[in-house]
Amino acid sequence: MTVTEPPEALRAPLVVEFPFTRSLGPVQSAFLTGLRERTVLGVRTEAGAVLVPPVEYDPATAAELRELVEVAATGTVTTWAWNPEPRPGQPLSTPFAWVLVRLDGADTALLHALDAPGPDAVRTGLRVRIRWAAERAGAITDIACFEPYESTAGNETTAHDGRFEDPVTGIVAPARLDYTYSPGRAQTRYLQGLAERRTVGERCPSCAKVYVPPRGACPTCGVATTDRVEVGPRGTVTTFCIVNIKAKNLDIEVPYVYAHIALDGAGLALHGRIAGIPYDQVRMGLRVEPVWSEDGRYPDHYRPTGEPDADYDTYKELL
Amino acid sequence: MSRDVAIVAFAQSDHRRHTDDLSEVEMVMPVLHDVQRQTGLKASDIGFTCSGSSDYLAGRAFSFTMALDGVGAWPPISESHVETDGAWALYEAWVKLLTGEADTALVYSYGKSSPGSVRDVLTRQLDPYYLAPLWPDSVALAALQAQALVDAGDTDEPALAAIAARSREDARTNPHAQLPGARPQGAYAVQPLRTGDCPPIGDGAAAVILAVGDRARELCERPAWIRGMDHRIEAHSLGVRDLTDSPSTRLAAERAGAFERPVDTAEIHAPFTSQEVVLKKALGLDTGVTINPSGGALAANPVMAAGLIRLGEAAARIHRGESDRALAHATSGPCLQQNLVAVLEGEPRA
Repeated sequence: MTVTEPPEALRAPLVVEFPFTRSLGPVQSAFLTGLRERTVLGVRTEAGAVLVPPVEYDPATAAELRELVEVAATGTVTTWAWNPEPRPGQPLSTPFAWVLVRLDGADTALLHALDAPGPDAVRTGLRVRIRWAAERAGAITDIACFEPYESTAGNETTAHDGRFEDPVTGIVAPARLDYTYSPGRAQTRYLQGLAERRTVGERCPSCAKVYVPPRGACPTCGVATTDRVEVGPRGTVTTFCIVNIKAKNLDIEVPYVYAHIALDGAGLALHGRIAGIPYDQVRMGLRVEPVWSEDGRYPDHYRPTGEPDADYDTYKELL
Repeated sequence: MSRDVAIVAFAQSDHRRHTDDLSEVEMVMPVLHDVQRQTGLKASDIGFTCSGSSDYLAGRAFSFTMALDGVGAWPPISESHVETDGAWALYEAWVKLLTGEADTALVYSYGKSSPGSVRDVLTRQLDPYYLAPLWPDSVALAALQAQALVDAGDTDEPALAAIAARSREDARTNPHAQLPGARPQGAYAVQPLRTGDCPPIGDGAAAVILAVGDRARELCERPAWIRGMDHRIEAHSLGVRDLTDSPSTRLAAERAGAFERPVDTAEIHAPFTSQEVVLKKALGLDTGVTINPSGGALAANPVMAAGLIRLGEAAARIHRGESDRALAHATSGPCLQQNLVAVLEGEPRA
């Protein structure tokens, strides 16, 4: 007897990329616009403490905070961590220290990067100053980084109305995360079947329903579906709709028909496009078969087989 | 009328660096079946189900809906989800049981860190205006906290190494641990934290079953009664906080009743050695308390499940008669941002 090893799970790169657009309130707008103008603003609490970076509500009392003050571009490191291998997106591409810096005039610390030759050049209490980015747009990255700077600590603040010409009212925070997607055993087997132009479902050992595409579990019984069953290739349209709106980046002419199709032997319907028949002649019970995409990896659409329509009773449980 | 709620069953997967061969539901299902087997409950017997996970780990929207297939969610069940560690799902389930809306609850959580780079993924949970654009990763933020502790004289590198060694030595008796036994402390990941001070990156899942009163006694020989539970958060800006302390943990513990009588066991969720120093101080844990006999998050840290596992491990010690009163702690976010504390007790033994 030969035992077939389960196929090695498929893997593919998956990139999640999005530009997160966010609006700013009055305090954050003033702070980030200030950075563009090389001005660092904090906000004073009712108790008199100056928060840098500023927030709109007091973290201790939740009182609304609006009293802006300007603080210095010099400050003191309150804690640090040496980063020997910078990661993508971080402020510097050469080894640097992460630092929390209490700017002169502030009572709280700002997180950023410190450009220093090595960990021996960094210590808590180190005096530093802001190195401004050459091009500034109203973002935390307008501070390129901090750099060591011998100076005397001060606590001077000056009142600031927070007004600038052409204030920044929103930011776009681009994010990109790279993944390697693996669909697991059940979907790997399904996809490998498709590559051979076969549609393979999995049967629930408890309720005997055949799931296609299989995801490895029966959602009714909560048990693994391990018994593989080839279904189709022919099937029955159980329900459908006529699509009149063209989707972005889709080269299918509207109107077209999108349908639920119960492949012969399957315990539920999957969805697919119906073609090879005028859209207004598609009907429940229509018998269809897959037309494979050019590279043969998946059914591009389904077309009528020419058989008589299926009896309602044969598919009513699959609607 | 108040109701007594207990953890009556706990199961977890073997935690592994990669589980490419398994989808989330394939990873979760054996763990669900394990707690069902322990209690004899079927999916249809469970009054409420709550799960914890994160779409950012999976890289897909609504990823928990796929895992829900493993529960047997049809016909419709009473179900909820938290987008954080499963410890908070357990909190939600506990509240549901206290209100009298259910008598039993299934809580599960899972995380697959292997598809992405978890250090980078976790930057997306940070303040999007001032922090996230700088991509400070989870190890870097923990290292800032560790340096603050060193500067304050609360710890030093040998003391941190000793925490790592003790945790992984204890993990030898935990068949599910990813890093059992001695490991070199290694090079600096982000100074002052070495690789040995950091948790393993891994995939895993956990589940518990909760039940009330006599139902709990029917399902479990020695239920782990939840005497109190509370969760609190810190101000979100790291520069506002004293990173050497965790007042939110202390307050949660106080509200959970942790300081009313000594505990004998503490399962605390400290993914980094330095965080154990902070938590021991916040919770006032002295030498009479057994800390993380499971090896803790330094031996297995499936993100989104590691906190629930602390509650489960503490409960399991009570089930086995190895503890009478245990504290369980879970954390989420950078530098112990959010903290949950539960106090569990077994009934006095004859």
